[in-house]
Order: sequence, then C-alpha cells, then structure tokens
Amino acid sequence: MAKVRGAIVVDQERCKGCGICVVACPTGVIQLAKQVNGKGYNYAVMDKPEACIGCANCGQVCPDSVISVYRVKI
Amino acid sequence: MADIDIKDIIKEENLIYTKPKVITDTVMHYCPGCSHGVAHKLVAEVIDDMDIQDKTIGISPVGCSVLAYNYLDIDWQQAAHGRAPALATAAKRLMPNHYVFTYQGDGDLASIGAAEILHACNRGENITVIFINNAIYGMTGGQMAPTTLVGMKTATSPYGRSTELNGYPLKITELIAQLPGVAYVTRQSVHTPAAVRKTKKAIRKGFENQDKKIGTSFIEIVSTCSSGWKLSPVKSNEWMEEHMFKFYPLGDLKDSEKESEESYKKYIE
Repeated sequence: MAKVRGAIVVDQERCKGCGICVVACPTGVIQLAKQVNGKGYNYAVMDKPEACIGCANCGQVCPDSVISVYRVKI
Repeated sequence: MADIDIKDIIKEENLIYTKPKVITDTVMHYCPGCSHGVAHKLVAEVIDDMDIQDKTIGISPVGCSVLAYNYLDIDWQQAAHGRAPALATAAKRLMPNHYVFTYQGDGDLASIGAAEILHACNRGENITVIFINNAIYGMTGGQMAPTTLVGMKTATSPYGRSTELNGYPLKITELIAQLPGVAYVTRQSVHTPAAVRKTKKAIRKGFENQDKKIGTSFIEIVSTCSSGWKLSPVKSNEWMEEHMFKFYPLGDLKDSEKESEESYKKYIE
C-alpha cells in the first residue's frame, strides 16, 4: 500500500506561536517549542515528524504564512 | 513502514504548499492568530491562481488592515474611513478590465461606511467586497462596533452591550443580500482548514464574477480578534464557533446576478 509521508518547514523567526496549527493538525504532529524566537514567541515545531501525512491543514490556517508543506509517496 | 529521512522529504519537487507569491516577505503587524493574515493569504492565493497580479487593485480601509499594502504585492489605494466602496467604484469604472476589490472591517464597513457600501451594492458595481467581521473595533483597542453581539463585553460596553442603550447588532450582510445590485453574498469564516478552503472558493467566485459583470460580490468573513476579546487565539476560535455563528450563520445568502433593468422599467410604463 502506498504510504504518504509529509514534513513541514516553519519559518521560526516569523512564527508568532498562536497555536492554531497545533489544533488544526489531524495527527498531532505540531507542538509549540519550549524555546522562543527573536520576538519572544514559542514557535511551532514538528514534535512527531513520523506522523505527518502532508495534508497542509497547518499551512492553510496559518495566519502568517510561515509553514511550507512537503509530501512524498513511499 | 519503509523509513524515509526528513531531509529526503523536504525537497523542492515535494513542495505542495507554501506562502503565495503575491504575499511579500514583510512580517505582518497583526496579533498572533489574527484572521486578517489568513484572509490576506486567501486573496493572494486567488490572485496567484488566476494570474492577475498586475491587473488587481485593492482598496484598503481604515482599521487594522490599513497596512495591507505592505503585505500583498499588487496595486493598492487607501481610502478614507468607510469610503473604500466609493474609491473602488471609481477605480473599476476607469479601469473596467482590472479586478478591483475592497478589504474592509466591520467598524469601517458596517459603521461609518454603511452608506457607501449600501449604495455601491445598490448600484451593482462590478467589484468584490471582502468584509472582515470580528464584532469589535480591533485597531483602536476593542471598542463596541455595530456588529457587537448583545451582552458582549468590550472596552466601551464593560457590562455587556445592552439593546436599550446601544441598540441591536447589525446584520449588514443580510441587508445587502436584499439589494437588487448584488450578485453573490456569502458569509464564511477562516477558523478551520475546511472553512479556509470554502472561503477561498468564495473569494475566487467573487473575483470571477467581475469578469461576468453581473453585479457586486460581497464576502463576509466572520473573524476573531483575540486581543480585543481578551482570549488566546485558539480560545477565540472556540468562542466564535460557540457564539458568533449562532447570530451570524455561515452560508450563501444570494447567488445569482443583479436584477435586469426591464424588471424595474415596468413601473414607469
């Protein structure tokens, strides 16, 4: 069966840590980092990268367009 | 499961979603989680998809989105408070082959600009109106707007809006849906991925209606103002689903075209 794997790249300096992507992710991949970026926001990171299916939900709801989504079939 | 390294996934050819080209690299001044960001992005995506970057004129309002010209790489004009539909009328009549849209908040469109929007829609101008309704004046510090729900606490209604003192919330989208000049009136939101996709389709339809010259397209986006509502962005979305959607139900209110001149000429014959 063809499986789909995805990955996201977050522009950490532009992320404002609103957490909307955390809620939007159907597989619970994204969490807010414990570290902060230059502006003091806890930016979004891939907490469980193996669970990402590349659905791009996080990218679509991101108000600051900081998330790029990649997807491959394996 | 065959293992694949993250580095092998993150390659140019696997990219399926990224920032639209029309959005500039300027960091947006909006608060974390603000719906304006998503709305801007959707407009940018539609402009990208239709390949009309050099034929689009945006009219920005007074309000938080007054600086929209920094974020979308298209032609912009900045209107006096509430007068965006009047400017859009001029722009569209002078350049009928361009796509003209106004981007207004509820303090701008439903309050001081109510006359302009009603008359622009009544004239059936071939423009697209994007109306961000967050039930509050966000930019100036969360004061009560005409769209504020009854009982909602704001900076100028600290005990909640009362109908006796402040009147009733204004459903301006319902008002506009009754006008003969409008072609497409809809109310959407951008709080979930599904809602975002629906809103993008609505905005696309609004822009395509300008080609058909069938009247004004009016797209309300029910939004959050987490700073004004004093909630976290995620909590704001929940509050909006719970309270705003009851009073401002989502969906299309009108989807046809402006009424024909003949149907109005009969009164004089």
